[in-house]
Formats: sequence, C-alpha cells, structure tokens
Amino acid sequence: MGVQSTLTRQQAEQAQAQNDVPCFHCGTSCKWLRVDDAQGRPFCCHGCRLVCELLESSGLDRFYDLAPAPGVRMEKEAQAYDFLDEPAVRDSLLDFFDGSIGKVTFRAPAMHCIACVWLLENLFRLHPGVGKSQVNFPRREVTITYQADNMRLSELAALLASLGYEPELNLTQLQHRNKPTPLHRRLTIKIGVAGFVFGNVMLMNLPAYLGLNAATEPGFALFLSTMSLLLSLPVVFYAAGDYWRAAWLSIRQRSLTIDFPIALGIAALFLHSLAEILTRTGPGYLDSLTGLVFFLLCGRWFQQRSYDALSFDRDYTAYFPLSVVRKVDEREETIALTALEVGDRIVVRHRELVPADAELRSGHALIDYSFVTGESEPVERHEGERIYAGGRQVGGAIELETVKPVSQSYLTSMWEDAAFHKEGGPRLRNVTDRISKYFTLAVVLLAAGTWLGWAFIDLGTAVRAFSAVLIVACPCALALSAPFALGTAWRALGERRVFLRGADVVEAMARTNHIVFDKTGTLTRSQAHHVEFRGAPLSAEEAGWVASLARHSTHPHCLSIQQKLAPERWPDDVSSFYETAGSGIEGTISGHALLLGSRRWIEALGIEVPSDAEADMPSQVHLAIDGAHRGAFVLTSALRDELQDLARELQGGRVPLTVLSGDSDKDKTRLEAALGSAAAGLHFRQSPHDKLAFLRGLQEKGAHVMMVGDGLNDAGALQQSDVGVAITEDTSAFAPACDAILDADRFGSLPAVLHYSRRAMHVIYACFALSFLYNTIGLSFAVTGRLSPLVSAVLMPISSVTVVSVAVLGARWAARSCLGPQPGGAS
Amino acid sequence: MSVLVLLLLASLLVALIFLGAFLWAVRSGQFDDTFTPGWRVLADEDEEIPKEGGAERNETESKE
Repeated sequence: MGVQSTLTRQQAEQAQAQNDVPCFHCGTSCKWLRVDDAQGRPFCCHGCRLVCELLESSGLDRFYDLAPAPGVRMEKEAQAYDFLDEPAVRDSLLDFFDGSIGKVTFRAPAMHCIACVWLLENLFRLHPGVGKSQVNFPRREVTITYQADNMRLSELAALLASLGYEPELNLTQLQHRNKPTPLHRRLTIKIGVAGFVFGNVMLMNLPAYLGLNAATEPGFALFLSTMSLLLSLPVVFYAAGDYWRAAWLSIRQRSLTIDFPIALGIAALFLHSLAEILTRTGPGYLDSLTGLVFFLLCGRWFQQRSYDALSFDRDYTAYFPLSVVRKVDEREETIALTALEVGDRIVVRHRELVPADAELRSGHALIDYSFVTGESEPVERHEGERIYAGGRQVGGAIELETVKPVSQSYLTSMWEDAAFHKEGGPRLRNVTDRISKYFTLAVVLLAAGTWLGWAFIDLGTAVRAFSAVLIVACPCALALSAPFALGTAWRALGERRVFLRGADVVEAMARTNHIVFDKTGTLTRSQAHHVEFRGAPLSAEEAGWVASLARHSTHPHCLSIQQKLAPERWPDDVSSFYETAGSGIEGTISGHALLLGSRRWIEALGIEVPSDAEADMPSQVHLAIDGAHRGAFVLTSALRDELQDLARELQGGRVPLTVLSGDSDKDKTRLEAALGSAAAGLHFRQSPHDKLAFLRGLQEKGAHVMMVGDGLNDAGALQQSDVGVAITEDTSAFAPACDAILDADRFGSLPAVLHYSRRAMHVIYACFALSFLYNTIGLSFAVTGRLSPLVSAVLMPISSVTVVSVAVLGARWAARSCLGPQPGGAS
Repeated sequence: MSVLVLLLLASLLVALIFLGAFLWAVRSGQFDDTFTPGWRVLADEDEEIPKEGGAERNETESKE
C-alpha cells in the first residue's frame, strides 16, 4: 500500500501542478477544477467557460485582448430578478421612463479593468433590447438605456449578473433615490470664472506695472481700471459668495472662523480698489483680489475630494436586500421587500438575511447575528421561536412568518436613537478656526492702531494704511495651509488603502487619545477560525478525507476545517454526501464512512462519544470515522495576527485602548494576553446601546475617542465617536456609517496612521509659521503706509505658492517616513 | 494707445469664448467622470492595442 500511495500521490501532485494555470476568463487558478473548452483553454469553472463562449459567439472576443483574464469569477448562483418588474420597484429604480424607452443606473462593484468597461459598453451586442450603455468607472456604475418593449428590467439585471457584474440592489435605492447633485460642478465653475478673471485683470494691470503714466494717458488708464472693475464683479459677488455667507454665519454664531478675516480682506481689497478707481488715484488691488479668490477656491477644491466608489453614510437599508422570496400556497415568488407584509411566509436560504422580525415555521435555523450584535457563534432557533431582522441563516433554507413590518424591527429601532441624528450639531472646531480667532483679533487691533497712529499725522494716509493692513493681513496663505496639507494626507492614506470620509478626518484622528475596539470582526477575523483537533492525531490520509468531506459544505466551520487540514493531495471524491443543515455532514471516501458534526447529531446516529469530551458547543465539531468517535475540532475565532504589534505600538504612543464586545467573555484571557498592559478595559456582553453610552461617558471625561468596529452593532458607537473607523474585508461591501474605512489587511497600520495624522498636523503648524512670516513682512509695508499694488500683487501669490508647496511636500514626505513608500500603481 | 484698447478687447473676447466653452463643458457633465473616458479611448475598436500596454494595466490592477 505504501508504494502504491506514494505513486498516486506523485501522480496527483503532478496533475495538480499541471492544472495550476490561470483560468482563461477570470485568472483564478484551476488547481481545484479544470474545465477545458474546444480550443483547449483552461477554465476554473463551467460558469466562466459559458460566459467566454457567449462573448465569443456574440463577436465580443476582443474582451480577452484588452487585458489578460479580465473576467469575473462566476461564484453566485443565478438569482431571480422578477421583482424588478413590479411597477413600484421599477419606477423608483429608473432614471427615466417614457413607456418604451427606459434608462437605469446600476452599481456593479465587480467591474475592475478596462475590459470590463469595454464589455459593459458593448452590451447592446448581447441583447437587441439594450441601447446605449455608459460606464462611470470611479463610481462603479453603468447607465443603460433599454427598450421596454424588447426587454424587461429583470432581464437586463439578469444579463449583467450572467456576465458576473451582479448589480448591487438594496433597500436604500428604493427608499430615497434622489441622486446627489454633483456639488463639485458648482465649485469647478467658480474656479473657472475666478481663474479667467484673474488672468485678464493681470493683463489689464500690466501697463500700470510697466510704468503707464495715468497723468499723460488718462483715457487709457480709465479704460484699464474700468475693465478690471467690471471683470472682478463676478469674482467678488459670485465666486467669493461662499466666503460672504460663511462670514455672515460666523458673526451670527459669534464664533470667528477663518472665513471672517478672509471676507474682511476681500471687502477691504474691493472697497479700497473701488475708491481708488472712482477717484482716479490708482489702479487698485483687483489683481490681488481675484488671485486671492482663485487660490482659495483651488484650496477648497483640493480638500473637497471624496471617494466615488465608497460610501461613508450607509444605514441599515444598504444592508437589506431589495427582494425577498415569499411563499404563497406552496408557490415561491420573489417580491420587493417593501411589499412584504406582516403574516407573510418567507423563505430564507443559506447566507441570506432575515429582513424582518419573524417566527420560525419550518426548517433548522442557525442564525448568525455577528454583524448585528457581535456574537461570534451562530445561534440555534426552534420552530415557533422569534428571529430578529438582520441575522443571517447558516445552512439550509428556512421558512418564516413575519411578525413585524420591516421598518419596525429590533434592528431598525436602533436607528431611531438620537446618536444617529446628531448631524448638524456643533462640529469640532478645526485648527484653522481656532487660530483664526486670535488672528482676527490681532489684525483688527493692529489696523485700528495704525489708523489711530496716522490719524494725527495725515487722515488720508490713515485710511489707506488702515485698509492696507486689512488687505495684507488677509489670511490667504493661512487658509490654504490646512486644506493642502490635509488633502495631501488624505490622498497619501487613500493610496495605502486607508479611506477617509474627508480630509478633515485627519485632524480629528490626530487628536485621538483613546481607542475603543469592537471584538467580533474587528480584533478577530470574521471568517477565519483557529482550529485545534482534540483526540488521537489524524493520519495524513485521514486528514485528507476530512478536508475533502468538509469541502462539500458551505458552513463556515467546514471551511475553517478544510483550510486547517489543507491536504497536499485531494483523495478520491466523496460519494453519498449528505448534509443535515445545521447539524453535520456525512459521506463515504475511499470506502470509509465519515461523520462530521455536532455532538448531539453524532450521538443521535448511534455513535458513542466519550463523556470526557467537553459539553456540546457550536464551536466544537466532532468527527467519527467508520462508526468510531475520533475526536473533535475546537474552533475559536482567530485574533488578527497584527494585534500584538498593534497593542505594543499604541502603548508606546500612550494611547489607552478599550475593548467593547457584544460577545460572551470566552475570549477574555486570549485578548488579555494579546493586548498586554495596553488594554484599559475589556467589556463583554455590550449591547449596541451600551457601547454608545460607554463612548459618551469617555467623551464627557474629555477623551477624543476613536471607535474601531465593523458591524451594525457598532453603528451607534461609530457615530458617537470623534473618529469612527470601519474595518472591512471588502471595501465594496457594506460598512456602517463611519469616518474612515480601513481595509482589513491594513489593520496593523493603525498606529502608523495615527502617528502620521499627528505629523500632518505638524506640517500645518510649520505652514502657519511661514504664513505669519509673510504677513509680518506685508504688515511692515502696510503699517508704514507704503503698500503699493505691485508689492501686494507679488507678495500674495508668492506666499500662497510657497505655503502650498511646503504643505504638499511636507505631508508627502511625512507619509513616506511614517507609512512607508507609496505602493506603486494604485489609482 | 487706441490700438492697445482694441487688442485688449479682442483678447478678452477670445478669452470669453473659452470661458463659455468651459462652462458648457462643466454643465454637460464632462468633468463628472475624468477617469473612464481615458480607458474608453484605449479600448476603441479601430486600432490594435499594444500588448504590453494591456499587461501593464493588469499589473497595476493586481497591486490595488
């Protein structure tokens, strides 16, 4: 047997090595399954082969020329989209519909390359009903026009899904579907106008700088100054409009923000210029004025970027599906979730979400509430018991009867808490505003002092010097420091897959002095388990059998066991496989009968389990081979590998950390060991409301709290915290409303990110110092009454440009030294 | 100097035409997606795409 088994093993290894080629369609390795087509090209599954054949028969084979293996792996089973044809659902999804032509925008997160864009824009070749389709890649959206006579909306969605670009459909799209108007369009127009005026006013002022004598050429001088005045009107009253409004607001709220001295400076510039031009005493400072507004708007544009493909303010509706399977008279139909009524019977399958509070009618329910409550183990429910919305069924299909409308479930009631409606409350004053308070006071005092000083000598000079101080002190460079430094930091973090809601989050992060972690899914990995086998060790061959059996089930425990055992070669296929949903799996491999499942299930099958084995827990999977109990796999949720380093680094930075978990305290000792003395407290069995209250308590003691979580149970705490960070395995998947989305792979970089945010603040302080220096130089001209338009026109751009360069280069350099070199090629 | 006045007015007129074109471009949404059109050109049917170009694209993708 020994010789034979080595031979077969070698053969199997050879076969596996031969098959370890990328799938022609999606690039996945064909190690596990290889399907060749007529031309001998390898595919990882039949789905990929079918898509490839479909594309080639439709003349779309160019798809494969654009990028190697550009396809999307066909993982999910075909879904029914019939509910999309319901008039109510259809009308709320469509952008436009006139009875025959419909236009719809789908989000398809699976698109990832140039070939995807090309394929989606050539959809019309696959179905005669499709008209024009246009992709917006940064938003991962495709806008499709289709002929309603020729094609139903459900067919269109199914067509996309059949190519692997499953459209994202969730409840949010039904409930509030007002597309956000592109805010940046208005800003772009303002920048365009200001830039245009800036250039032309400079042109009009050029003769004056070159020595035009207004006395000898009065007509020409008048023409030039009138033209500049006319040109600058749209800048003052349109492009700078936001500054007027903000300044007015800051007066009414009695808080001096940076916008106030800016508006003061613009007003002084404009009025002074107006007076000079009307009295024909000079050309005024209109070039400085328009340049100032232009630079300020550019700073605003730089700061106001956001990630189109990510959403930072999703509520539970984004987590809920759009449709649900309803059972009426033993017949299943797919209906829109909004049409679900109390008393309806619904069918929930493996990995599907329970959309409303319901009672179990039939089937074996094993509900995974980890995302909603933080409990790491699925809970078992019996017929007649209540199942709350938000849980996911693990195992076979179950039938439920809804007892509450979707909008009134336990989960949605959490959203009624005040913490979710704190928008509009007093926001944290940022560093620029805090400094500008003193700055404004100093400027006003200085201007008044200058006026007083000159008033006894010469009243005309007094007025000129007064407005000159206000002009020169206009904190343009100061106002540009933070936007450019924070905007650069935001980009640098994004390149390293730490996505912030906006640039101002960097500042909030720099102030963090307490970090609160969720446990399940945050400190532990959501899918992976640490697996340990208790019992007589398994031989390599037996391990192979178990792995092979486990591979046939989608239960997360089976997945973990399979990954743990990961045999070098896979034995013969399993015969007579049978899964008892939520209990166990059985099958025969190479003539040996294997049972893998819960203790009760194994005992019920007549196998004696030694009584010294620990009590039956969901996290224990018992194994029996040929009717004899062999032992049990004990699964514990795996702590993230980076956790110890993270705790050590945070401790070095003297940032205390607290763990709030919705789970039981079974992981307490392991967490304590991993976190060491960095942990300020570990709290278990915390409800979402407890977490919220805990954060409020910390904040009342003056802490700036960063909350790191992943699930809906952290949603309240994420909102309440000063910085809410959501950890997600897949950035295109659902993450609760938060300030930052952190790719789970980058979890270990959290201390570095905190450190970097503080360094970015140092860069801002350096820029402030620089801009104060320029202001002092300018003021020395202004106070002595010698500020000419030329000095102002030169000083203003120089100070802005140097401050912006220092801000950008400083933040870039700090990013390289804190976060390591920029990963190449990320777009 | 009256020549300069004419020249300045003419240059202003040209600049205004460009400003108008810019405003039209922004309003018609040409700045909403500044990424995809670049790829769309690369995927145009008529010309053959150099192979290494495609490979590069894929490399950068996989690093993301």
